[in-house]
Amino acid sequence: MVELICINCPIGCNLTVEVEGEVIGAVTGNTCKRGEKYAHKELTNPTRIVTSTVKVENGNAPVVSVKTKNDIPKGKIFECIEALKNVVVKAPVNIGDVIVSNVASTGVDIVATTNVI
Amino acid sequence: MKYDVVIIGGGPAGLAAAVSARDNGVESILILERDKELGGILNQCIHNGFGLHTFKEELTGPEYAARYITEVQNRNIEYKLHTMVIEINKDKVITAMNQEEGLFQIEAKAIILAMGCRERSRGALNIPGYRPAGIFSAGTAQRLVNMEGYLPGREVVILGSGDIGLIMARRMTFEGAKVKVVAELMPYSGGLKRNIVQCLDDFGIPLKLSHTVVNIKGKERLESITLAQVDENLKPIPGTEEEYTCDTLLLSVGLIPENELSENMGIEISRVTSGPIVNESLETNIEGVFACGNVLHVHDLVDFVSGEAATAGKNAAMYVQGKHIDKSENTISLQGENGVRYTVPVNIDPKRMEDSQIIRFRVGQVYTDSFLSVYFDDERISNKKKRVMAPGEMEEVVITKAQLMDRPNLKRITIKIEEA
Amino acid sequence: MVDVIIIGAGVSGSACARELSRYNVNVCVLEKGEDVCYATSKANSGIAHAGYDAKVGSLMAKLNVEGNKMMPELSKELDIPFIQNGSFVVCNNQEDLDTLKTLYDKGVANGVDVEIITDRNRIVEMEPNIADNVVAVLYAPATGVVCPFTLNIAMAENAAMNGVDFKFNTEVVGFEKTDNGWKVLTNNGEFETKYIVNAAGVYADVLHNMVSENKIHITARRGDYCLLDKGTGKHVNRTIFALPSKFGKGILVTPTAHGNLLLGPTAVDIEDKEATATTSEGLNELIAKAGLNVKDIPLRKVITSFAGLRAHEDNHEFIIKEVEDAKGFIDCAGIESPGLTSSPAIGKMVAGILKEKLGLEPNPNFNGKREGIIASNELDFNSRQELIKNKPAYGNIVCRCEMISEGEILDAIHRPLGAKSLDGVKRRTRAGMGRCQSGFCSPRTIDLINKECKIAMDEITKSGGKSQIIVGTNKDSL
Repeated sequence: MVELICINCPIGCNLTVEVEGEVIGAVTGNTCKRGEKYAHKELTNPTRIVTSTVKVENGNAPVVSVKTKNDIPKGKIFECIEALKNVVVKAPVNIGDVIVSNVASTGVDIVATTNVI
Repeated sequence: MKYDVVIIGGGPAGLAAAVSARDNGVESILILERDKELGGILNQCIHNGFGLHTFKEELTGPEYAARYITEVQNRNIEYKLHTMVIEINKDKVITAMNQEEGLFQIEAKAIILAMGCRERSRGALNIPGYRPAGIFSAGTAQRLVNMEGYLPGREVVILGSGDIGLIMARRMTFEGAKVKVVAELMPYSGGLKRNIVQCLDDFGIPLKLSHTVVNIKGKERLESITLAQVDENLKPIPGTEEEYTCDTLLLSVGLIPENELSENMGIEISRVTSGPIVNESLETNIEGVFACGNVLHVHDLVDFVSGEAATAGKNAAMYVQGKHIDKSENTISLQGENGVRYTVPVNIDPKRMEDSQIIRFRVGQVYTDSFLSVYFDDERISNKKKRVMAPGEMEEVVITKAQLMDRPNLKRITIKIEEA
Repeated sequence: MVDVIIIGAGVSGSACARELSRYNVNVCVLEKGEDVCYATSKANSGIAHAGYDAKVGSLMAKLNVEGNKMMPELSKELDIPFIQNGSFVVCNNQEDLDTLKTLYDKGVANGVDVEIITDRNRIVEMEPNIADNVVAVLYAPATGVVCPFTLNIAMAENAAMNGVDFKFNTEVVGFEKTDNGWKVLTNNGEFETKYIVNAAGVYADVLHNMVSENKIHITARRGDYCLLDKGTGKHVNRTIFALPSKFGKGILVTPTAHGNLLLGPTAVDIEDKEATATTSEGLNELIAKAGLNVKDIPLRKVITSFAGLRAHEDNHEFIIKEVEDAKGFIDCAGIESPGLTSSPAIGKMVAGILKEKLGLEPNPNFNGKREGIIASNELDFNSRQELIKNKPAYGNIVCRCEMISEGEILDAIHRPLGAKSLDGVKRRTRAGMGRCQSGFCSPRTIDLINKECKIAMDEITKSGGKSQIIVGTNKDSL
């Protein structure tokens, strides 16, 4: 048995997952279906959304906030952050603009989450 | 200057209130925002997790704000940036200032207070020790890192497990700092569980419950802090001290609704929430002055702020349009008991209320497998089992108009926690 | 070679500098900190004591009463906040009435207007929140509250305007006697001078003992304080003192010159002359004792606590004279409470000594008037509107708690001896001194310092030295 806290939404359900070797069994304690899905994913391939900043030139702000457009494998978080270290973009930047594509070979893009003019 | 509805604050509460007031038929609306842009504190909350209720998707703070800013702009609602309100009087005359227009006054028919909250500082906690550089509120650090790209420190201890503190533990880690520990005075965390998982557990950052900072060293820049365990009276236990070398202490020790303007205009403030005392319409003791969002009571979720603000906007619209039904002689008072610290609203006018009314509150400690009961006078009308209730998470119950219409002599609604 | 070097830009040193600038004389002030008002002068009660407490016939009593009398005029001349609010010393039981009477007699002997009030109704009428067991008070109408920062800063600024040179980050490490005076050795070079004024606060004994065989000893006496939010100052009208004990005047409860309520200080003798850390024992003691004399103190409005050091000389007396075995070296030592009150008189006395010795002539260009930083939030509607029209920076509020505008901060940065640090701005303008304790305004203030002083962001400090606020940029260590 494995105890998890679902991170899908602010309720933060306490999940109990039956695990036998490689086999993931019943999930209990979830309020919605996403809890079950989360439990499976967390035990096989845990993923996270990563948010950070990159530098902007000639804009009304020195940095622009960014995120991974989708969740990426947990183990790739720091590789993803390091890939942003030397990135400098030029203003204007709009929400949704791709800042880095296929970051850390995850197949996921880094996109802007603020407008910088 | 004259406007029908003036909204003080252009953060999530003010934006949603403005949109709602317009959608309920008010043409003349003005938002006053002190910062350089609309969106308020959301602009520095660059992490994800916003909007699941409102937009059914997970957004970052700036993205959530941008959605509402677009709504405001699409409706051509007027707003003034860089504009500080310095006084509001009982007659709803607002004195404000900015660089271009200088000092000016605005007459409003209705006012919506949406000023948000501020962070509790070190001083309010009386933490002993030196006063070096390197001690920041979590929100100040958040602004420096997320909006300006500056790192306030490299070796970090965080006091307080409020959500901003937890979020900043992850942000500082991402930007190259080492977060050594998060200490929490209470025996439970003040933040959401999901944030403990994805901001601390993911990075092996320990959370020490029932711990506090008992000393601060460093005459110029912070050099170390000492943590100690506390007993059930929250007093440090001698012999449990542990020193952590660090150059930065972030404080996430509570938020306080920012009601100096409200207090000065004579609005009654709750000692528990530090926010205005409001009725079902989110109207304060001054007629035509409404409050919503974190200035009313501190929320965990911006989605609930937006919802509450929409209610305030609608009621402000009804007020200026003269659609508000006259107040009844008998209003029903609401109260929290047995661990329910407060309720918003504090009273309900059954004639004026909508078909259903959300009552929000917080509990005073962690309750597991307890019952949340609602009493109409002395009659228990509901008794719902809750697996967990914690002070860090706002709770709600819903009362319907039909329930109240059945009971014309009802004086009091009590919400309380009862053991299994 | 200058005529006079003053060591220390605290309130005594700055008062000496200003008084000397009335004469044609070359004066240089050496300060080890990055700013004036850097140590003892920045953390005290901010009281202009009436003078009933000092030992009859002492120099302390004389200068206290003189300084108190100078304060109303001086505060106008220097444009600084000063309110003559009067004070009570409270007596909580009949047995202590004798002690109160002794204090009254001292007051009369020192030439201070004092009165014992035993009519409880009158006491309560004057101070509705006085503790229930107070049976009598010593009332001294001459007591006042002054902003300790701006008193110090204004005197230094005015001295600078009148030609005094200030050198900061300059710590004195030794002295050499020369044929016609002294060579002062510092971490920032050597300075030659005819005369030295030793106004080094808690370090005055260390400097004195470098040049004299007749040793003096100063103990740093730490006092913890709690400051409550603006508006709470109305809780009492006057400064409320406890009956004095051997450790000084005891815990007081007072409105500040800006309408806060201040509680403090405790009194703990310590060896480390830099140990300005508060302790939980001190803060607890403070809160317990303050409540003995004033009831219902709104403690939930505490916004900060801090500790200050008093330069307690073993004989509890000011030492202001030329050192007998070190000619040309003038002590201004042991300046503890009522040092702030006495400072204008101390300055006058020291200037008097040097006038005599150097045969000084008046400075015909001396201008004793200093214009303070405009407190724009205190202006009436029309004046404020006019101000913003002429200088739009006054329309941009930077500190929300104290309502301090960019205009005020720019003034603080650009005036003589301008602010270079966050605390420098804070002490001059009050930006960051309010209920959020600079959480909101500090990023904006450092931004202004960065632009106006051309100091790199990661070089801007809270208060000089290694107190940098920002250590780098995002991901710079990855």
